[in-house]
Amino acid sequence: MKVLVPIKRVVDYNVKVRVKADQSGVDLANVKMAMNPFCEIAVEEAVRLKEKGVVTEIVVVTVGSKTAQEQLRTAMALGADRAILVETEENTQPLGVAKALKALVEKESPDLVILGKQAIDDDNNQTGQMLAALTGMPQGTFASEVNVADGKVSVTREIDGGLQTVELSLPAVVTTDLRLNEPRYASLPNIMKAKKKPLDTVSPADLGVDLTPRVKTLKVEPPAERQAGIKVASVEELVDKLKNEAKVI
Amino acid sequence: MSDSPIMHRRHLDFLLYDVLNADALTRWPRFGDHSRDTFNAVLDLAHDLALDTFLPHNRKADLNEPRFEDGRVILIPEVKQALDAYVEAGFMSAMADSDQGGMQLPFLIDSAASACFSAANVSTFAYPMLAKGVANLLSAHGTPAQQRLYRDPIIAGRFYGTMCLSEPQAGSSLGDLRTRAIRQPEGHYLLEGAKMWISGGEHDLGENIIHLVLARLPDAPAGVRGISLFLVPKYHVHDDGSLGERNDVQLAGVNHKMGYRGTVNTFLKFGEQGRCIGYLVGRENEGLANMFHMMNEARIGVGLGATMLGYAGYLHSLEYARERTQGRHPDQKNPDAPPVPLIEHADIRRMLLQQKTWTEGAQALAFYGARLVDEKAHAPEEKIRQDAALLLDFLTPIIKAWPSEWCLRANEQAIQILGGYGYTREYPVEQFYRDNRLNPIHEGTNGIQAMDLLGRKAMMQGGAALTLLAQRITATLDTLRDNPRLQPLAVEMQGYLHLAGDTTATLGQALARGEIRLGLANASHYLTLIGHLCVGWMWLKQAQVASEKHPRASDTDADFLEGKILACEFFFRHELPIIRHSAALLKSLDDTTLKTTSAHL
Repeated sequence: MKVLVPIKRVVDYNVKVRVKADQSGVDLANVKMAMNPFCEIAVEEAVRLKEKGVVTEIVVVTVGSKTAQEQLRTAMALGADRAILVETEENTQPLGVAKALKALVEKESPDLVILGKQAIDDDNNQTGQMLAALTGMPQGTFASEVNVADGKVSVTREIDGGLQTVELSLPAVVTTDLRLNEPRYASLPNIMKAKKKPLDTVSPADLGVDLTPRVKTLKVEPPAERQAGIKVASVEELVDKLKNEAKVI
Repeated sequence: MSDSPIMHRRHLDFLLYDVLNADALTRWPRFGDHSRDTFNAVLDLAHDLALDTFLPHNRKADLNEPRFEDGRVILIPEVKQALDAYVEAGFMSAMADSDQGGMQLPFLIDSAASACFSAANVSTFAYPMLAKGVANLLSAHGTPAQQRLYRDPIIAGRFYGTMCLSEPQAGSSLGDLRTRAIRQPEGHYLLEGAKMWISGGEHDLGENIIHLVLARLPDAPAGVRGISLFLVPKYHVHDDGSLGERNDVQLAGVNHKMGYRGTVNTFLKFGEQGRCIGYLVGRENEGLANMFHMMNEARIGVGLGATMLGYAGYLHSLEYARERTQGRHPDQKNPDAPPVPLIEHADIRRMLLQQKTWTEGAQALAFYGARLVDEKAHAPEEKIRQDAALLLDFLTPIIKAWPSEWCLRANEQAIQILGGYGYTREYPVEQFYRDNRLNPIHEGTNGIQAMDLLGRKAMMQGGAALTLLAQRITATLDTLRDNPRLQPLAVEMQGYLHLAGDTTATLGQALARGEIRLGLANASHYLTLIGHLCVGWMWLKQAQVASEKHPRASDTDADFLEGKILACEFFFRHELPIIRHSAALLKSLDDTTLKTTSAHL
């Protein structure tokens, strides 16, 4: 069976971003970029399914600029078989990406789409759900366990009250949560092998989709700086301050 | 800005791609399969692996020295876990040929990866670094059978290795070593003797340990011309590659060190039972030359290790100075004004700038040397290969010794910024200092490196290396003619270059007159002079690239680039004038140290 793994190039989680002076966004010039951590988990899950013999082909895909090839190569170094870049210089947004993925799903006919539940740059948590709605596929979001058998996939979901297990008919959409697996490191020989794996580039027009942003960013501001704390002399003073100053009790 | 405690990626990318033009290496046949993407993938992997598997046990390995129990060495388990991950990721074979399962990675990029591991945990990284040194030596001087049986398993990460040079009575003075090797009719040799300060001499990290041992044949000439090199496996290896019995190499003790404590340091006895079998590597009596021939890369590794310990201290003290509030500005009269972060104080910034200029300057120089290793071995044009070999020969003692001295000073300043806390074991900066204190001592002490630089390297081929260095520095100066901000620094550099030439000529004349002791008496000042000259050059190169990019940079990046230019200015104003002092002292052929006898002290 075939798995489609959509991934996203985002600012590395170690980077402390700075807001641009004109408040139009964060400054990404010469900042270290990396694969979104939830996407790494999605790639890892697909690779594990392939190692178990459940999956035969892993196609990794991203919607983004030419530089996102770097993350596609990383995914192939981790075990994906081939890659598709939907190349655009637009600021990508969930609905546009979901439409592009729908077009690819129609073209590639995967049995399973595994993607991260959200990207750490915009934190939208929408693309997987939108893709499921657009394609009519069933969805299992926030997966902490995935098992494929007999044309079905059972997904254990991390929900507020605990865990919920759902069973979906294939083809289906699964979005990954943090505890699904611990991604491996790419090895140096596999980094070299990834260079020789096929990477196709298509344009949004080829897929017949329009990626023009639907949501406009008005202003980006850094979070308020945390104020220094104070020491209180007694429990009474603490209670008093919590009651009368902070007004939390 | 990145949070990483071991490597700021913007800075590394700047050095590798903007200053040292690493992309150009991919145009050579040897590196034709590579591109910036593969280099970046290697650097990402090295950084993440260093952070996840090397860094977490750095303190634990320091607190839990290797134990000597029943003739075995017990290490904390995290060391093997980290090294297994390192091997599995393919770093052991990164530079090997593709048809041997390697990646044909340039030494420059391999060094940048090593820099991450050194900053994260220098003592765990010492094991693969030593093993790689042994593999390199066997590639250059081993027989095909030796390569198959001993080198290939090292590259595969199954065997480790050591370099056994020093003995209890002879460390720096290798001509006096006494370990003996007796030819046997079967073709091998029987070794007998004791070796001291052997890092990685005993452990269970891999299946076997390959010792490279310097020893003397009974009929060998006296001194360094009578030393041969032998391969002594801990376990014998059968011709089919399977392991046999233990060889007669015994662990006689472990040394208890000030730093680098995770790297077990041993006293080894060879042939106590008369059965220590060794195999000659290269030819008889050419052992020292063969050993040193392959030490260039190891010395760059030592210099880079010293640099990265200094750099790790810099990053730590920088974060601390940004967060810790203490005191107020000297013109702030209001005692109720809130205290300011340490970094607001000029003297703290001075100590940060010292650390930045020493460690980032030394990194640039070490990477420059690493690129020369690639040029020497793989550049398509013969002229480039020859020039690289000449310049590398000259720069190697500087790349080893200058960071060992100045990046150790950087560690002192890191402790100073943390104040009392820096002096406690609650913070890592004291460990960086203790770890780094080894570097001026091992792999040839700094005093010996200084004499090598002045007595041999500066004088070889009629001073050809220094001439070549001067040409390269002048080429950088020429690019700054129309740069109003950096041009004054270029003029200063020109003056220092003349001073270096004059000083070298004066010393060369003294040596040519046979005044060897006098000529070499102040060699360590000569190393300071040339070392500062080279690092000043590296700062000019960085500032030149930064000032070119600056007008087109975004806000964050403009700060980074301006920081490079300011650091260059700081180095020229605060640090480089030491060249004048050193040059004056050297040119006067000062004999104070020669006149002061034991009785005077």
